[in-house]
Amino acid sequence: MAEAAVLEKKASGGLLGKKERKLLTDPLSDNNPITVQVLGICSALAVTTGMKNAAVMAVAVVFVCSFSSIITSLLRNSIPKAVRMIVQLVIIATLVTIVELTLKAVSFESYKQLSVFIGLIITNCIVMGRLEAFAMANKPYESFLDGLGNGVGYGIILLMVAAVREFFGSGSLFNFKIIGGTPEFLINTTESWLFGWYAPNNLMVLFPAAMFVIAVFIWLHRAWKPHLVDIS
Amino acid sequence: MELVNIFIKSAFIENLALAYFLGMCSYLAVSKTVKTAFGLGLAVIFVLGITMPINWMINTWLLSEGGIFGVDLTFLKLILFIAVIASMVQLVEMVVEKFSPSLYNALGIFLPLITVNCAILGGSLFMVSKEYNFAESVAFGLGGGFGWFLAIIAIAAIREKIRYSAVPAPMRGLGMAFLLTGLMGMAFMGLMGIDPSAF
Repeated sequence: MAEAAVLEKKASGGLLGKKERKLLTDPLSDNNPITVQVLGICSALAVTTGMKNAAVMAVAVVFVCSFSSIITSLLRNSIPKAVRMIVQLVIIATLVTIVELTLKAVSFESYKQLSVFIGLIITNCIVMGRLEAFAMANKPYESFLDGLGNGVGYGIILLMVAAVREFFGSGSLFNFKIIGGTPEFLINTTESWLFGWYAPNNLMVLFPAAMFVIAVFIWLHRAWKPHLVDIS
Repeated sequence: MELVNIFIKSAFIENLALAYFLGMCSYLAVSKTVKTAFGLGLAVIFVLGITMPINWMINTWLLSEGGIFGVDLTFLKLILFIAVIASMVQLVEMVVEKFSPSLYNALGIFLPLITVNCAILGGSLFMVSKEYNFAESVAFGLGGGFGWFLAIIAIAAIREKIRYSAVPAPMRGLGMAFLLTGLMGMAFMGLMGIDPSAF
């Protein structure tokens, strides 16, 4: 018995062994919540018109996702199956309220812009999806790593999509104006002899554009990792 | 007649899936075959049709200033709405598990995830902001659910057909689903601005 315990400890290899690292890095690419698991698409469409919104949203989701995983995992043996969804949602809603109030206290400016989107985290499928699929059946520490990994994997895609949409749609990045038709842009296309042909693509600001951008990311991702290709 | 207008408007012109892009996660993940899409679509119609009037009652009689408490409690809206939705979905899950285990397995994690389907919470919040009365909220719920049902059936049918086309391998499946949804959304943008009461 004691030997088995020692062996198990060796196999798991402490705080960040092979298994734990896999839990943390898998969602970044091979099991990415957006491009592979298809979770959290709605918010990825709504907040990716600008990089600033996307960054705040990503940080908030990382926080809510990792901590709701710990709490659910700690309570997993005492939640009756018949009311588990309500319990999970209460946990998520509490954490989201914490995020909302913190943002309100720290930076009231971005709170005014983002309060609607922060509320949307409650209905972000990633959080509840990982609780259902992982945290209800695993130990707290592993659930925390899984939640953290999924939150970060979601955030990376969110920032990439937002970068494409903000640059081609409004000609700026993080509200820093780079290319456009008025003098406050870094490259003023009405005066520049080199970029006179350039016009921002207004389609990029609309919802369907997010679908196209994510579709292209899926294409690149699966061309890079052929084992993810859908054979069905 | 007013109710028919609301039904048509919420089903086609303000389609929750293709005009507002709500409920996209389950929409994209469960639309591989028409059969599972049909099951999920029916579940969404049911949940939307039931939760909308219940949330209307909660909002008007408990939370608003004219309700039984006499104070403005609308800041509790989000939590109470989601609790109603979660309990309804839990009910649906139990029924599906008992009567159709094959559908239960096909839907997998996306059955409990109807709870966080933004189309349902979004529908309830739209209903509040549009200040519908009780009958109108029922029509809006059923219409919205029907529109979502039609949208998921449509994309599932297209995906069943497109499986036999020569799509580049990395785009097969999910990639094409994203692209098609974007195109369908652009088509639906053409319907916006139509006023059904003009007919």
